[in-house]
Amino acid sequence: MATKILIPTPLRGYTDQLDEVEAEGATVGELLANLTTRYADLRKHLYAEDGTRRNFVNIYLNDDDIRYLEKDQTPVTADDTVSIIPSVAGGGWS
Amino acid sequence: MTQAGPAALTNEEVGRYSRHLIMPEVGMEGQLKLKAARVLCIGAGGLGSPVALYLTAAGVGTLGIVDFDTVDHSNLQRQIIHGTPDVGRSKLESAKARLNALNPEVEVVTYEMALSSQNALGLFADYDMVVDGTDNFPTRYLVNDACVLTGKPNVYGSISRFEGQATVFAAEDGPCYRCMFPEPPPPGLVPSCAEGGVLGILPGVVGTLQATEAIKLILGVGESLVGRFLLFDALKMRFRELKVRQDPDCPVCGEHPTVTAPIDYDQFCGITPVPAASPTSGSTDTTVEELKTRLDRQDSFLLLDVREQREFEICRIPGSVLIPLGELPARMSELDGHADMIVHCKSGVRSGKAVALLRDAGYTQARNLQGGILAWIDRVDPTLPRY
Repeated sequence: MATKILIPTPLRGYTDQLDEVEAEGATVGELLANLTTRYADLRKHLYAEDGTRRNFVNIYLNDDDIRYLEKDQTPVTADDTVSIIPSVAGGGWS
Repeated sequence: MTQAGPAALTNEEVGRYSRHLIMPEVGMEGQLKLKAARVLCIGAGGLGSPVALYLTAAGVGTLGIVDFDTVDHSNLQRQIIHGTPDVGRSKLESAKARLNALNPEVEVVTYEMALSSQNALGLFADYDMVVDGTDNFPTRYLVNDACVLTGKPNVYGSISRFEGQATVFAAEDGPCYRCMFPEPPPPGLVPSCAEGGVLGILPGVVGTLQATEAIKLILGVGESLVGRFLLFDALKMRFRELKVRQDPDCPVCGEHPTVTAPIDYDQFCGITPVPAASPTSGSTDTTVEELKTRLDRQDSFLLLDVREQREFEICRIPGSVLIPLGELPARMSELDGHADMIVHCKSGVRSGKAVALLRDAGYTQARNLQGGILAWIDRVDPTLPRY
């Protein structure tokens, strides 16, 4: 069962410039594991070397942060959309 | 923000704000709230331009602006508060002149300084809310923490390329920036300047959203973006909304805060100060003057440009070979036979990373051109275009 994952602009360089990728998995954790197996260069942006997910990358299931659901164990279906939301600092100031 | 304001509007002000006054959502009461309001805008750049222009046009009584930059040609593509004759002028002076011309009723207070852990709390205390138009993580976290600590809403907007984000952080009972993003990305994982750039109109859209939220907070009308994170994609022309929740464990606004005063935000964001020059620090660097001498002498070395193709098309140093930084690891074999190498980018950051990669791969003579092609243009060949 494939679920849609939205890739933010700064990470598209690691997904062949795709803004949407489908991956298999019953939970958010499985989905991301499969995604980063396919796109290995993406891995270091989502996970630290010890395998924990990086704190500055937020993962949303539809419009909710998985930190407030069941984290990586949050179940997903084919109807869901998972988004990777990076922190962006730019303001076009300088 | 509901403090007692002036009792009435002058006839001139009634004329100026008539389209507000006839709306039930604003009316005389709302316009007087606007007149009594004090808003502090951090940055007079891409986001700050529309924020300051619209808040001034709307009749916000006092508008503070913090900035320390001067207007550059490359700002004019998006920073619409400034004009071509303002290039070289202080952004605050330029902005103030434009705002005074737009609406002399508004008191524009300028702070020509960098916002810092030392001055933020004192500055914020004088205002009802803060609009964040900054462009870097340390200042974003500083604005957030100072807003939480002084109890002022943080009207947040940020932009990158063609995507924007907007919300209201640190409002009463609402989440703060750290609830959503507990930690900044380490500097090495932030997209490099090569992937940067911004569609000029994007800060116009996002800054206008921020100005709208500021006005709504002042008026106390509508549904604010508190707890809602708005994402805007200009290419797809699509808005999305995410929920942001207050984190009970948040170190600044949570139940047991550990951040009770502004901290060292450069350190928090992993930015280490540039080390003082030591006898060995120069060995990986070279200067544009030295490069010029070596080119004139027709020395045998490789001049490697690690910028992007688009930048290479704007300007290049004669004789350079282009391999963008992102492609370098995969194309290292093209460098076989070149021991002596000078590597450059736009300003020296990407080429510094490239030199580290090259040295790790055994190219121990690779050297970084200090200041990049910008230094070359400034000090050797001013006929090339700056970008």
